Amino acid sequence: MRIELERRLQVSKLFGFLSPLLALMLALIAGTIMFALLGKDPVEALDAFFVEPLLEIWSLHELAIKAGPLILIAVGLCVCYRSNNWNIGAEGQFTIGAVAGSYIPIVFTDWHSPMVLPLMLIAGAIGGALYAAIPALLKAHFNTNEILTSLMLVYIAQLYLDWLTRGPWRDPQGHNFPQSIDFPPEATLPAIWEDSGRAHWGIVFAIVAAILAWFMMKYTLKGFEITVLGQSERAGRFAGFSSRKMVWFGFLFSGALAGLAGISEVAGSIGHLQPAISPGYGFTAIIVAFLARLNPLGAILSGFVLALTYLGGEAAQLSPGISAKAASVFQGLLLFFVLSCDTLIYYKIRLTWSRVRGGAA
Amino acid sequence: MSVFEAILLTIITASTPLVIAGLGELVVERSGVLNLGVEGMMIMGAVAAFVGAQMSGSPYVGLITGIVAGALFSLLFGFLTLTLVTNQVATGLALTILGLGLSGMIGEGYVSVPGVQLRAIVFPLLSDIPLVGPVLFKQDLTFYLSIALLIGVSWFLFRSRVGLKLRAVGDSHGSAHALGIDVIRTRYLAVMFGGACAGLAGAQLSLVYTPQWVENMSAGRGWVTLALVVFASWRPMRVLAGGYLFGAVTILQFHAQGFGVGIPSQFLSMLPYASTIVVLVIISQNRRATLINTPASLGKAFVPER
Repeated sequence: MRIELERRLQVSKLFGFLSPLLALMLALIAGTIMFALLGKDPVEALDAFFVEPLLEIWSLHELAIKAGPLILIAVGLCVCYRSNNWNIGAEGQFTIGAVAGSYIPIVFTDWHSPMVLPLMLIAGAIGGALYAAIPALLKAHFNTNEILTSLMLVYIAQLYLDWLTRGPWRDPQGHNFPQSIDFPPEATLPAIWEDSGRAHWGIVFAIVAAILAWFMMKYTLKGFEITVLGQSERAGRFAGFSSRKMVWFGFLFSGALAGLAGISEVAGSIGHLQPAISPGYGFTAIIVAFLARLNPLGAILSGFVLALTYLGGEAAQLSPGISAKAASVFQGLLLFFVLSCDTLIYYKIRLTWSRVRGGAA
Repeated sequence: MSVFEAILLTIITASTPLVIAGLGELVVERSGVLNLGVEGMMIMGAVAAFVGAQMSGSPYVGLITGIVAGALFSLLFGFLTLTLVTNQVATGLALTILGLGLSGMIGEGYVSVPGVQLRAIVFPLLSDIPLVGPVLFKQDLTFYLSIALLIGVSWFLFRSRVGLKLRAVGDSHGSAHALGIDVIRTRYLAVMFGGACAGLAGAQLSLVYTPQWVENMSAGRGWVTLALVVFASWRPMRVLAGGYLFGAVTILQFHAQGFGVGIPSQFLSMLPYASTIVVLVIISQNRRATLINTPASLGKAFVPER
């Protein structure tokens, strides 16, 4: 049997809509098989993974807490990838954003003011943007591969955070735990509905950012420029757009959002700095962006889907036999299926059973 | 054994996986395919080799399991990018994300289990030569394989007919197709060869470098490998040179810690990553040389017109 592709005359709108859903279904089927192979009752496992977390109010709050950073980072990545700039280092920008924002409550411990939190958020976004500026500078002026440089910077950022929290920023009263002082109330992102759960303003930032980015892509000249340069650098140049400036824009934009996500996570749900602050949000956000088909509004929905995999992974660990790693396997599978299903948008797939190639030139 | 000799030996051990995976990826990229999933294939090779060696009790069986695992895992990438023409960059990332998760799951029961080490092969007489003996004739099999691969890949690419076809596919898949070369099949084979090499490199990590299973033990080496191929401007000899350079930086970092240099260990651990960035910048400065050597079809999808 061979698989042959035939280019569609027109991009399929139907599959543009169906492909993420199809991918999700295929990933669920693959997940079922995986659980069965692990010797778990698949129905029970899927229920623990994807249904139970949705049944209680407090766990819906937890879902929003995990979806917030995923959406925020993915919105930046959607815009950046659309412009054909491959920022793979959002995890590092997230980390540096958290560090930059945390500088204020950790260093100025005596400063109590309503200004603290807004300044922290701004510092976080700037920190993330500045960190993303490194691969941008190297790509724009030295022609260096941005995928590799932004990725190397992830490892450097994580080691830097590790050093800070075990060294100069370690809380002397912290019973020798490698973590900073707990942030005071004025440096903490407040909960939205305090009575029912922990969800903080991070998710609101994420949704607002998604709507603004969607508006920019759809209705502004900048959005048009991003799309044109992303599809064809040559065409963009004829239109008078600078691809070099676009490198800067794509990286600073996505870096700022990743940094904001970092400081929101630290100020909102963790409450202090510690050596590990992210369960791989920066990488999972790449899946979020692709599942959303690089549409910022779609990232809201797909962000919640992937947040569910984290939450389900935590919940499922409590039941015996399911690995803590099941969540990341599921995430990887999902990305595979998203990419394969997108092929249906541009091509018709034909299965041929004969060994003879039809009409070979 | 002198300190110098000991350092030299650890540098070789640290460099061998980079050289092996680098040569594999070089062949893949010469065929016009950009597989960013080296990190994922490497870690799958590492876990498969460890489990294989545990179950059989033989490190050599482990080595083979690692190679096979890497090749099979790369087939997933091949199917998506070559048959379904998905974006190569995104698919490579997917391979890495999946590999890191899957290896963690497979290896879960093997954390802190004492490993089976691949021992050095001792040649009578030769191994006793001072300095040269231990360095060249008292290594484990993976070192000899890395040298064999270097010679094999160089010969294959530049001296063999099939290698010429592979380079043609990488430089202009349209023309190669018109000449009757099966572009897709060539690329499938190249991708699987790259996967096998990454798997072998991973096996070296869990059988030689640190004979145990630790989650995420590839620690970015797959990504360094990709930088290495750019650094080498797609030439096998330079992969060897670059691999040893990176290996030396990694080892120097440990020795600096040992000698009590007053720099926090985290900053020393940044060295391999930071130097990768610096090297990439220096290499890509020379735009013309990079353009000449880059396979022209690198990263571009090919769909045969019918």
